[in-house]
Order: sequence, then structure tokens, then C-alpha cells
Amino acid sequence: MAAPGGEAQTTAHVGKRRKRPRRYWEQTSKKYNSGGKSSDGAKQKAKKRRGDRRKKRKGGLSGEVESEDPKLCEQTQETGKKDNSGEKSSDGPKQKAKRRRVDRRKKRKGNLTVKVVSEDTSKKDNDGEKSVDGTKDTADENATKRSDAKFISGKVDPFPGEAPIPEERLRKFQRGNKFVVPEEIRSKLKDTLAKSQEAADLAQTQAARYDLLLTEDAGFLEGDEGEDTCTISQDDIAEAVDITSGSKYFNLRLTQFGPYRLDYSRTGRHLLLAGRRGHVTCIEWQTKNLMCEMNVMETVKDIKWLHSEAMFAVAQKKWLYIYDSNGTELHCIKKFNDVLRMQFLPYHFLLATASATGFLQYLDVSVGKEVAAINTKLGRLDVMAQNPYNAVIHLGHPNGTVSLWSPNQKEPLVKMLCHRGGVRSLTVDRTGTYMVTSGLDRKLKVYDIRAFKPLNSYFLPAGASCLSLSQRGLLSASTGDIVQVYRDVWGSGPMTKPYMAHRVRGTVWGVGYCPFEDVLGVGHAEGFTSMIVPGAGEPNFDALDMNPYRSTKQRQEWEVKALLEKVQPELISLDPGLLGKVDKATFEQKHKERVETLGYDPLAVEKFKPRMRKRGRSAAGAVEKRKKKVAHEDQRDVIRKSVKERMEKEKEKKRKDSAKEQLGEKTALDRFKK
Amino acid sequence: MKVKVLCRNPDDYVRETTRDIQRVPRNYDPTIHPFEVSREYTRALNATKLERIFAKPFVASLDGHRDGINCLAKHAKTLSVVLSGACDGEVKIWNLSKRECMRTIQAHEGFVRGICSRFCGSSFFTVGDDKTVKQWNMEPPGRGLQEEPLNTILGKAVYTGIDHHQTEGTFATCGQTVDIWDEQRSSPIRSFSWGVDSFSCVRYNPVETELLASCASDRSIILYDMRESAPLKKIIMQLRSNTLCWNPMEAYNFTCSNEDYNLYTYDMRRLDVPVTVHMDHVSAVLDVDYSPTGKEFVSASFDKTIRIFPKNSGHSREVYHTKRMQHVICVKWSADNKYILSGSDEMNIRLWKANASEKLGLLTPREKAALNYNQKLRDKFQHHPQVRRIARHRHLPRDLFKQKRELREMKEARRRKAQNVRKHSKPGSVPLVTEKEKHVVSVVE
Repeated sequence: MAAPGGEAQTTAHVGKRRKRPRRYWEQTSKKYNSGGKSSDGAKQKAKKRRGDRRKKRKGGLSGEVESEDPKLCEQTQETGKKDNSGEKSSDGPKQKAKRRRVDRRKKRKGNLTVKVVSEDTSKKDNDGEKSVDGTKDTADENATKRSDAKFISGKVDPFPGEAPIPEERLRKFQRGNKFVVPEEIRSKLKDTLAKSQEAADLAQTQAARYDLLLTEDAGFLEGDEGEDTCTISQDDIAEAVDITSGSKYFNLRLTQFGPYRLDYSRTGRHLLLAGRRGHVTCIEWQTKNLMCEMNVMETVKDIKWLHSEAMFAVAQKKWLYIYDSNGTELHCIKKFNDVLRMQFLPYHFLLATASATGFLQYLDVSVGKEVAAINTKLGRLDVMAQNPYNAVIHLGHPNGTVSLWSPNQKEPLVKMLCHRGGVRSLTVDRTGTYMVTSGLDRKLKVYDIRAFKPLNSYFLPAGASCLSLSQRGLLSASTGDIVQVYRDVWGSGPMTKPYMAHRVRGTVWGVGYCPFEDVLGVGHAEGFTSMIVPGAGEPNFDALDMNPYRSTKQRQEWEVKALLEKVQPELISLDPGLLGKVDKATFEQKHKERVETLGYDPLAVEKFKPRMRKRGRSAAGAVEKRKKKVAHEDQRDVIRKSVKERMEKEKEKKRKDSAKEQLGEKTALDRFKK
Repeated sequence: MKVKVLCRNPDDYVRETTRDIQRVPRNYDPTIHPFEVSREYTRALNATKLERIFAKPFVASLDGHRDGINCLAKHAKTLSVVLSGACDGEVKIWNLSKRECMRTIQAHEGFVRGICSRFCGSSFFTVGDDKTVKQWNMEPPGRGLQEEPLNTILGKAVYTGIDHHQTEGTFATCGQTVDIWDEQRSSPIRSFSWGVDSFSCVRYNPVETELLASCASDRSIILYDMRESAPLKKIIMQLRSNTLCWNPMEAYNFTCSNEDYNLYTYDMRRLDVPVTVHMDHVSAVLDVDYSPTGKEFVSASFDKTIRIFPKNSGHSREVYHTKRMQHVICVKWSADNKYILSGSDEMNIRLWKANASEKLGLLTPREKAALNYNQKLRDKFQHHPQVRRIARHRHLPRDLFKQKRELREMKEARRRKAQNVRKHSKPGSVPLVTEKEKHVVSVVE
């Protein structure tokens, strides 16, 4: 027997009905804020009522199940009384059945008492949540799973089980759709599939949970009441923030050799500036440490960092040059001439160049070989962007089209007409979903490049000459000497005014966001301006991918690893996950060949052979009957399938028609349809 | 105006002292890890290549016998002790960790046909061409004393194989009949024969310990229950089986090595069709032994190679050969599932790794993690053509390679002919016979 004091304690604890403490996610997410308070909606109330009823039944049950452990017995009886004083005498038949079931379970398990009690309490705790939403089921499960852990003091865990994860966060880490295992599949394969699904789920939840441990929050800028954020000047921002951040707003007056193009290294520590009249400089921009500065005595068209901050490529008047960070010329690549724009594909170690002669060339910088040279036959190529999601190169053309290229194909993957008049600039967001273009028709357009559909179109009075997207989706567009930053470009409603605006001294020549920083670099005729754009950079970097604070050793290690997992250029395609999918076409082709060589189909369904039966049931008539039955069933399946297909087709057609009606009549893009 | 700008404190991201480990903050957001699949694929490809680079299975060669090795046996209790019998009647006991011979016994006149250790590991039995069964002490005799058998049984005919019971003091020999012996008696307690002249192999079932199986020269495999007076069942196959081995984990499965270059796994409960036909050898298969996990087995062949088969796969996952290794007569899988021993004609016992690219010795946790990760990657991408091509590639000696091609052509020709015959006969009159059904002639109860 337990000491009397202890007993008193336990009873007191059970008797008191404690208020459920609020959990952290209830404050952060709207979904979870209903708590135990009155939540609206008849449905939810009904749910709650149901929950209560279940609780009651459980309570009544626990009141009389146990008999072994006296201490526990008392405790549970207390709960029973508290929960339903009147219920005890009137046991419905349903309850009896349930009790019987529980009794049976008890026999199997042995120590049921503990189980029942804790289940009961956990039910009570979760009751508040009952009225919430989908995640409650998992929470319940977890609760029952963990509820065996009981403290000696008799206390009950107020938060049993694992904390639920919000749906949207889980969705962020979802890879592909869940695989539905067909019924007719073999059992062994089924097990394998189930196991892999389990592993994927675990990885997903763990990654989603890890989000909680991310240390940094993104920046933001909010105006006072009636104050537009776009009217706030850079000086004000620089003054308002801490000194380190304030020092990120600075101007470099370089009037002699401008206008300037720029490129930030992938870690965001280093900056390259290239003046059109030959001035090339390389700066560690946060410490303002000059790494090299030189004049190449030639026109410089574009400049790009290669995979690390040790090397960069410069497109000069005639040829492409590669320098190291000390300014030593490493290579002059004469195969690449008249280059106007460059893009570096970091995971493929490819430098893509677009030239004045209409050639798109790919240079593998890890082995120094030209991978592909494509004659686009589309004239001078001075608008170029890469899609960071699938490494496809986007080129803008003077006739208003944008074409998408991979090194494996001599023809463009896609050609889309985006503007009436030439394309001036374009950029793609890092998820590979949206493309923003600006053209000579002074329009700024947003496209969904997965569906190749226009989303939004804006008219800018002066048109935008340079576009750039930040890691978190802020769009900077420069018109003349003004740089404007837009937020929610592909959001639900059309944007009306810019998030920020800044006037620089000369005409803007190049803009670029610094990775992992709230900084936008602007190269212009009078030098370079680094401006602060709160909320632009990704706050949490992954050190194994890109670490701005890496040491030399870490950089070397990273370089080796990155080179080892260099993705081959053959794998560049519109869908980067293609390799992880089942190649059905090839399978069908192979199967066909196999059938041809074997002379029969090994996967064919065997014809129904009626079994021999006794007592006259294998008479000719009976056998025929059985055969027919099976045949009918098969036929029905076929019919069912075809009907379903037809229905789906019709539905699809209807949906398409309605969509067409909504869109209105023919668009200019229709001529590109096949 | 409310403003917040990203500003990281470098102290949170850089290690404090040089003795500290580097800080590696992670962010698992898929958008900052593009090309997941292609990068993983590249890693898998690298892992597969590395596996092939490190595949150096040969560990050691134990030489000392003066004639071809005819039989091998594992010590029942000690991992490092192996017994071998040669064609000149010599038995040697080897220490594997030192890779040296501990003891040499001139056991028989003529071949040592069979050797087996007692279940307790205190003694071992040999049978030879001199029609004797001898029991020997595992411990060497004292200094100055001669090697003497503990026990000698003189039989009437030549014994060709021996196996010991798992838990009791009985053993079985085969020759003209299958005999069950009590260790205490000098005559067999039971003799089985089923119209057969000679047997080549007898094996106890390691799980259902009263069961026995034997291979006979009339192309049959016979199953016995020691508790009964008559044999249980007999399968007659197209060609003779040389040896068989029971699966140590699945009591009802056994694999036999056949003269027709194949191995057959049978389910004891359903003998009319083998569960799997294991092909790849290009000459008669002489010996087979299961791994202690029962997932794989190794086979020795007259074509001078040994091959490792997964128990349910029709083709081998690995082939081992050297320039000097001749016809492999006997093979054993070590009890720790790490090594394979093969005894061959040219008087050597060879020690191989069961997993060709395994690193021997202690592994650091990081090494282990990396190996596991690579293994998982290989599994995940094993069906991709490039990965599979590299993983499957094995070098074969030229004549073996040619022979393989020849066999393939012959098989293809036969298949084509059957197909043509079928095409030009009345539908249904020439039935399709699957590869499994081809090799069993009949089952006799």
C-alpha cells in the first residue's frame, strides 16, 4: 500500500480539473487558437459533443474495470464519479458490448488499469483540440502511444505525445505525391513500398520539426500609419538600424570607367564590379577589403564569379577571360568570342555564355571543355537569365520572345511570346515557378513557367531596364536612374506601388541581390550603390550548401565535395526530378521486345481454366456457366474502366471549355500551340 | 517606421577556438537544395564506382597440402579453425587468423573423402578411400606422442561422405548406402538404400535435426527421416547432383549443385518444381555452402570459379577467380558471415571476403555512416542503367567468357527451335515448358 499522504496527493490531483495550458503553436498559428474555449460552427460543436460522450463512456468504464491495484482503483473511480455521476446505473447495451471488449483486451494485456486511466486523461486533454482540424488525429494517436509513460508522483503529462506539426510546414517538405499502392501488387513489393513511404514520412516530419530550430528571422520594413514604405529613404533606414547593417548602405563613386555591371559570389561575401570601359575590381564588400583591381584596357561586357571566390570570368571585347581573385589572367578562351552575357550554373559547373553572333555556348569549368555550342539563329543575345531550379537558360530576343535552352538540344525547349517589342530584361525566381520579364512595350509581366501561362501584367511608365529577384521573392526593377523594389509580385492581388524606391546618380546598368543579406547592389554610370532592402535575403543558410562564414579548410572541403557531385550536363531538362520517376515508355518498349523474342507475354493474365469439381458440378453445362460468370465479371471491369475514363475525359473537356470562356477569345500566344 | 535588417553575429557561426569543431548550421528547406535527385544520382554513381574500385576479395592463400584438397570442414565452436582433407589422405588443421597450419595428420590411405567436426568441437571424423571412419581428437597429442585416432571403424565399402548430427552423438555416412552411426558402436544403427548403387553426399538438416538429405549417382536426391526406417522422398533430375546444402534459416529449403552447370533450390514440401534455378557456371558445380544468415550461398565449380548467389536470385551477384586457382572442389562460408574458403585442385585453400569491397578491421563511426549511406544510395538507384552496368561488371578470364557466350548461343538456338516447332504445330500440342520444370524428371514418394 502507498503512504496515506501520497494517496491524498494523487486523489487531489485527479479530482481537480486543471485548465489546459496554452501551447506555443496556438499563439503563432491561427488554426490552433481555438483552444478549449467555445469554438464556433455547428459542426465543431457536434464534434465536441461527440468527444464528450466518448469521454463519459470511457469514464464510466474505467470506474468499474479495475480491481487489482487498490491505489489506481481509487483514483479511477474518482474520475469516473467526477465525469458522470448519473451515468453509472444506466449502462446501455452498446456500452456493455464495449466493456466486454475492453475486458477481453484487459485479459490480453494484463495491466489495463494504467492504460485506461491514462487514455482517459489524454482524451480529456485533447478534448479542447477536438474542435480544431486535421492534425488532431495524429495528436491523439501520439497521445495514446506515449501515454504509458506515467510519473511516480501520479502526475500526468499535460502535453502527451509529440507536438503536432502545422500542415503548411509539412507541405513545404513534401516531395512528390504519396504513392498509392495498387491492390493487385505482390505482398513483398507492398512491404518495400510501405517501408519507403514510412521513411519518407519520417524524413518529412523531422525536417519540418527542425524548422523550429532555425535561428534567424527575415528582415522587414513597415511604415507608420499613412506612411508609404517606398517613401522611406535609404539614409533613414541606415540610421534606424544597427551600425553593422547601416554600413551596408554605401556608394562607390567611380565616374571614370562606368557604367558598371556587378556580381555577388554565391556566399554573398564577395563582389565583382566591371566598368564598361575596362575597370574590373573584386571586393570583399562587407569588410570593404579590396582583393584586386585592374583595368583590362578593353570593353567589358559582363562579369561572373565561377564556383568559388577564387576565380571569375570576364567577357571582354572579343574573348572570354578567366582571372583569379588576385587579378592574374588564367585563361583566354578564344572559342568564346563576342560574349555579351554570362550565367554560371553552380551545380553543373557550367558557364553559359550568350554572344553577339547568336551563339549560346556552355563551358565546363571543372574540366575546361566546351560542352555545347548552339547557334540560336535569333540574332544578338543580350538578355539572359538562368532558372536556378532546373538550370535551363532563358534568353530574351528583340522580337519579344523568350526561349528556353538546355545544352542537350539544338532547338529551344520552349519559345514563348512575352512582349510586343523586344525583351529588355528577365529573371526567374529560385523555385523555378515564376519568370518576370520586361520589354520595350514598357510592360512588366509575370509568367508561371511550369504551365507557361501569364499571371500578371503591369505597365511601368518608363519600362524596366534591369530586373532581379531576391531569394525571398522581392523584385527589383530599374527605370533610368531609379531602382524600385516590389513585393508580392505573383501574389493574389495586383500590386499597386513599390515596396521601396531609390534614386542613384546615373543610369542603372546592372542590379543584383546579395545572397543571404538584405542588400541590393546597383551598378550605374557613376559607380556602385549598395542599398538596404529589408526582407530580401534568406535568413538561414545551409552550411553544407553555402556558408558565408566558412573557413579556408571548409571551402576546400566543400569544393571537393561539390566537384564530386557535379551534375552532368545531360541531366539538364525542364523537370529536374525526372531521374527519380518511373520511365514507363521505356518499360513498355522493352516489354514489347520481350514478348517478341519470347513468343508469349510473360505478364499476360492467364486464361480462366475452370477447376475440376465433383458431384456433377463439372458437367459441360456447369463448366460453361462458371466460365461465363468469370467472363462477365471481366467484361464488367472493362466497361467500368472505360466509363470512368470517358467521364474523366468529359470532365476535363468541360473544365477546359470553361477556362477558355473565362480567358476570352484567342490570344497572341495561341499561335505557339501545337 | 519599423525596420529589421538581417544582421548575423559572426560569433554564432564561427567556432570559438581552433580546437573547437566547426559550426554547421543546417536548413533543410528544399528550395535551397536544388537538383536533389540528380545530385543524389551522381553520388550513387560515385558510390557504385568506389565499390568496384575497392572490390579486392582475395585475402589469403593457405598452402601446405601436397595434393588437391578434397574436403573442408568448419570447426563447430571456433571461428578461426578450419579442417581440410586432401587427395593423398592428409588432414590439416589451420589457424585462419595466423594463416598457418597447426597440425598435420596422415589420416587415410588414398583420398580423404569426407570430414566433419563434432557438434561440441572436441573431435572430428574423417572417412577415406581405405573404407574406414576415423574419429580424431581436436587437441594435438602431447609432445613425443604419435597422432592416433580416438576411434576407427572398418567398413565394408568405400565411404564418400560424412556429416554429424547437430546435438546428439550420431553421425551419418554415405557410400553404397546411407548409414546412421552411433558414436559408441562399431556398426551402423540404421542403413538406408533405395535401389541406388552409390551416394556422393549426405547432409543433416541443421534445424530439423532428424532430417537428412543425400545425393545419389542415379541422378536422384533422397530425403530421410532418421526416426523412420524407410526414406521419405526421392527426386530424380536430368543430371546428377554433386552436393547439397540445407538453408540454415529456412528448415525446408535446400540447394543442390548439379552436373548440368546449375544449382537448384528446392522446397522440401514441394519437390516437383525447384523454387529457383541458379545459372551462371559454365561447368559442373561441385560444392555449395550456405551463409549462416541463409540469405546467400556460395558455389564451387569445375570451371575454376566460385560464385555467390542470393538465395532467391537466378544469377550470381559475384564471381571470384584467380589465375592460379584450378578446379574448385570444395567451398565453405565462415560462421561469422565474412569470409569464404575454397579448396581447389592445385593444393591451396583460399580465403576470400564474402563481400568483395568490404573494408576489414575496425571502422570509425564516420566511416560506418558513410558506408551505410553509400550502400543505401546504391540500393536506391540500382535499377538505373548506368549504375547497374557498373555494379554488374565483372572481369572473367577469356576462355570462361567465351564459354559463357557459347552457352548463351546454344540456349538461344534451342529456344528458337522450340518456338518454331510450336509455331508450326497444332496450337496446344507443344506446350511451353518453363526452365524450372525442365530439370525434374520425377518425384517418388
